Amino acid sequence: MNLCFDLFFTFARIGVCTFGGGYAMLPILQREVVEKRGWCTDQELADYYAIGQCTPGVLAVNLSTFIGARQKGIPGGIAAVLGVVSPSLIIITLIAALLKNFAHIPAVIHAFNGIRAAVTALVASSVVKLAKAALVRPAAVVIYLTVLILAAWAGWSPVILVILAGLAGLICQAMEGGLRK
Amino acid sequence: MICLRLFLEFFKIGLFSVGGGLATIPFLQALGARTGWFSAADLADMIAVAESTPGAMGVNMSVYVGYACGGVPGSAASVLGLICPSVILVLLIAGVLKHFQENRVVNGVFFGLRPASAALVTSAGLSVAMAALFRQAGEAGGYAPCWPAILIAAAVFVCLRLPKLKNLHPVVYIGLAAVIGAVFQL
Repeated sequence: MNLCFDLFFTFARIGVCTFGGGYAMLPILQREVVEKRGWCTDQELADYYAIGQCTPGVLAVNLSTFIGARQKGIPGGIAAVLGVVSPSLIIITLIAALLKNFAHIPAVIHAFNGIRAAVTALVASSVVKLAKAALVRPAAVVIYLTVLILAAWAGWSPVILVILAGLAGLICQAMEGGLRK
Repeated sequence: MICLRLFLEFFKIGLFSVGGGLATIPFLQALGARTGWFSAADLADMIAVAESTPGAMGVNMSVYVGYACGGVPGSAASVLGLICPSVILVLLIAGVLKHFQENRVVNGVFFGLRPASAALVTSAGLSVAMAALFRQAGEAGGYAPCWPAILIAAAVFVCLRLPKLKNLHPVVYIGLAAVIGAVFQL
């Protein structure tokens, strides 16, 4: 039971120290989980990242569940994941409530008009990085363009597109080298 | 009832979103468009808050959307929905980790999913850009470019590509853009 509390609070602290996505968590995980607690090795952490990317869901959530489950099974996984989301739950709820009260002030409206422009650039910059990592072969470029057209202009649901893209990837793999090796 | 709806919507997002922090954005954009709970401009504001505060991006986004739609119970329901599929899947494959990673079927599926995820984020980014960089002009409902906003976006994008400024935290750009927006009455 104590270990579950420990997992919860350690991952809550990791959640507070993380800005951005699951990749931003790596240095904090190395310090808190590998060096301080010895809950896993650097090699295992690298494996969790690799597998976390091959499983659906938010990377930070997947990573916490892996590490928690390795320590204390299902209760450990649940304690770790609840820990990592609890700072977000508190901080974002407070900010959202606060912003709601200030949303009608003209200066705030103007500030958010500026912020949205900056967010557009941040998203565009992430898209460039994602595309660079994903578009490694001609088949990947075809999938990218097809999904983009169907999502942006034809308004297809992302769920359907994700399922179809997974199938397309499977077919590419089967044609190139077979699925059993 | 809205809490149950939020839980199920975010369960779906947790199950189908693949990739880093922005992977949840296309699903949220589709959710907003389908339900009318929030607009593309609201989504841009949520991204700004989620990027500038501690916590994983995807988790922060789900808390914000949940709160905007259903208050405090809504944010709790959304987060629980988001993490449920991950927890179930991860606990299921925890025993066979190594095999999973090297499995050719899994690799094949993910070969298709990575470009799809990039395309979905691109598409969601386009609708955020429409809301941020264009203003509704006239009664006809046409859109006119808002040049100061386009200028800010271009400047931030260039800065993000510069080797020296690349590692600057996004909150710096968000803060600067807020000041510029407020001062120049954007």
